[in-house]
Amino acid sequence: MAAGVATWMPFARAAAVGWLPLAQKTMPKPPVDKKSRSDEILFVNVSGLRFQTWKNTLDRYPDTLLGSSEKEFFYNEETQEYFFDRDPEMFRHILNFFRTGKLHYPRHECIQAFEEELAFYGIIPEIIGDCCMEEYRDRKKENQERLAEDTEAENAGDAPLPPDATLRERLWRAFENPHTSTMALVFYYVTGFFIAVSVIANVVETVPCRPIKGSIKDLPCGEKFSVAFSCLDTACVLIFSFEYLMRLYAAPSRCDFARSVMSVIDVVAILPFYIGLVMPENEEVSGAFVTLRVFRVFRIFKFSRHSQGLRILGCTLQACASELGFLLFSLTMAVIIFATVMFYAEKGTKGTTFSSIPASFWYTIVTMTTLGYGDMVPDSIAGKIFGSICSLSGVLVIALPVPVIVSNFARIYHQNQRADKMRAQQKVRQARIRMAKKGATNAFLQHKEDGGLQDGDGDSTPFCVKNRSAFEHQHHHLLHCLEKTTNHEFTDEVTYSEVCVTDSVGFRTSRSTSLSSQQGATTTCCSRRAKRRAFRLANSTVSVSRGSVQELDTLHVTKTPAGTQYPQSRSSLNARTEDLKLNCDDYTAAIISIPTPPANTPDESLPNSPAIPGILRNSRSSTFNTQDTVKISSL
Amino acid sequence: MVLEGMELIAITVVIGLFFVVFKQFGAWEPLTLDESSDCELELSTVRHQPEGLEQLQVQTQFTKKELQSLYRGFKNECPSGLVDEETFKNIYSQFFPQGDATTYAHFLFNAFDMDRNGSIRFEDFVIGLSVLLRGSETEKLRWAFNLYDINKDGYITKEEMLAIMTSIYDMMGRYTSPSVRDVDPSEHVDKFFQKMDRNRDGVVTIDEFIETCQKDENIMASMQLFENVI
Repeated sequence: MAAGVATWMPFARAAAVGWLPLAQKTMPKPPVDKKSRSDEILFVNVSGLRFQTWKNTLDRYPDTLLGSSEKEFFYNEETQEYFFDRDPEMFRHILNFFRTGKLHYPRHECIQAFEEELAFYGIIPEIIGDCCMEEYRDRKKENQERLAEDTEAENAGDAPLPPDATLRERLWRAFENPHTSTMALVFYYVTGFFIAVSVIANVVETVPCRPIKGSIKDLPCGEKFSVAFSCLDTACVLIFSFEYLMRLYAAPSRCDFARSVMSVIDVVAILPFYIGLVMPENEEVSGAFVTLRVFRVFRIFKFSRHSQGLRILGCTLQACASELGFLLFSLTMAVIIFATVMFYAEKGTKGTTFSSIPASFWYTIVTMTTLGYGDMVPDSIAGKIFGSICSLSGVLVIALPVPVIVSNFARIYHQNQRADKMRAQQKVRQARIRMAKKGATNAFLQHKEDGGLQDGDGDSTPFCVKNRSAFEHQHHHLLHCLEKTTNHEFTDEVTYSEVCVTDSVGFRTSRSTSLSSQQGATTTCCSRRAKRRAFRLANSTVSVSRGSVQELDTLHVTKTPAGTQYPQSRSSLNARTEDLKLNCDDYTAAIISIPTPPANTPDESLPNSPAIPGILRNSRSSTFNTQDTVKISSL
Repeated sequence: MVLEGMELIAITVVIGLFFVVFKQFGAWEPLTLDESSDCELELSTVRHQPEGLEQLQVQTQFTKKELQSLYRGFKNECPSGLVDEETFKNIYSQFFPQGDATTYAHFLFNAFDMDRNGSIRFEDFVIGLSVLLRGSETEKLRWAFNLYDINKDGYITKEEMLAIMTSIYDMMGRYTSPSVRDVDPSEHVDKFFQKMDRNRDGVVTIDEFIETCQKDENIMASMQLFENVI
């Protein structure tokens, strides 16, 4: 129901008394309203700005947030008001809608912010009043165009190709985006060069050259150097044909490609040559053949692949088709009218050039476009009067559609600019997102290394733990839970790729700082058969003694990535026992608990620990940190 | 100089353009003064202030708070303080989207507009509401009679009743079950007259009406229905 109808409801119900004497059946019972009927002032606090309004005002629109019981969710008992943590400036407009029944769009606000507010308060934007509707629609359309360009830019294919792209896809990619590979760029410039050469050759071959010895008449260069020019022409046509065929092959949809404008231009450019090959050396036909050479000039349109400005111009003309049509139509009308008038005005003059109405067309067009060649000139007074009116009106008729065309061009041009800006912004945004993701992962890995993953000992928090927000705590706990669930661990790219590369007895040097970890590689690294468990030992000591639980484990400790720095002292702080009790129900390998040497000597590497049955060790490297493959064979 | 056809036309055109140009220069101002006298200032619509709160309290049965609430709603909808018939019809039609409520709204408008000046002021509105919601049964019946009596001559004729009845049935619209036949209103009118018209003179007077209604229990009982509307 429209605005304010709720106000009139009591009146309409009261007027129903008029039906009572006429009623044929008994009237139904009225609905009982349990709420208190008296009107009261409600307080609405929006981010500190207090609004007051009658309850009835809000009740006018029961399907919005404020008009329904949904607002009770926001009621604050202590302050006896409704608190909304939203924009107070926007709320003003929302409340005005309730008061006056008309929604206005504030011009200085961002349209998306406004729509979000409307969505929050449950008001549909379609009820914007007529006064603001046009502005709202324009801005909304602009915004949508911008968003559409965003998605288009994303799909534009600047993203790297999947590695298993076929030759066809790669070729197509090279054609459409020449800046993706060097070969494509080279090809792009070569074709551009040959287009230019071909066009210039066409032009130059008509220039008069000095005549060959013995004759007086100037020859056009095309005839003097006919061999050279035909060779050039053939070469160009061959290149263009080759290019066209390659594009045709690479196109994902050949039908669409064949119908596109650019391919039509390509075909028209090379066709005259082939037709000329086919045609016999007939006298009559060669006349037609000569006119075919005119089509060679269409090669210049091939430049539109190379120039964005040309494409914009083409787009503009397409967009302004209706205005151009109007221009043409009005010009035609005016031409016919004025030509007729001039013809009859000049009929009496002797020896007049206005011999017929079609002959007067030429005069009219020349006059209306203010060219004024002067080859046809009226003599009589009437002719001169009408001629001057003709030229004045010509200016007006032509000037009218021009601003529309110009504004269309500006709009399309700006759109293109915007697309470029959007693409650049997208790149920055993606880079930032990637960095943020990496940062979060690194933070977690760091946290693990710092010994944050201890279960159960809440009181002995490691000193090295940086100040982390509650959010980070919870996030890391969540990731830890996931690790426990799947019994895999998070590592980073570097470690993973390295680990995959090495085989079972591989070893590598590591940085001296990352002492707390034992490095190694397992054979099961890349095989997905056995679950690979990577445990990061926060400290060099691995005290696992847990009663008689015999657990076999592949202690695979990941190597710290070269990029992250760990201060030397950290390892000493990690002198804690780590509980390595594991749930290994679904594990194929049994796990042995490893009794650790009681002395926590963080800087000593494990090789000195007593030989543990079943533990294979790698040969150490001579460097300080060795990696020991603490690989324990299954029992 | 003998003027030929085309030259005549040319000179006419030139003279016409001459006039146009002169008009731009304002040379014809004195001649056009009397035509421009009808472009008066558009007077803003009349604003009507209601009588004071105390007077209305005396005239109606509403409390002060109720009057305040009613006036706030009324003023919000009609800032000028007056409701004209068109607006009234629009508002009333919104309650009956399926049918055509304009005719009945017209009758209703006349019932509310007691001084017959073509617009309902707040006083008319509130006094009417007071009768309908807080008045005695006799007063309500009197109001209903006033509604049915289109020409306010004190008698309800069959034609008046038929008009009212048709307009009520019009509000139902087309999609009813069972569908409204053309004879339904007149049958209803006949039933009404059979009941109300005591002396079978073809018209119903106010006394007949009130007397008959007071004897009918159904009608009396239903009078209490709308008391809690405000």
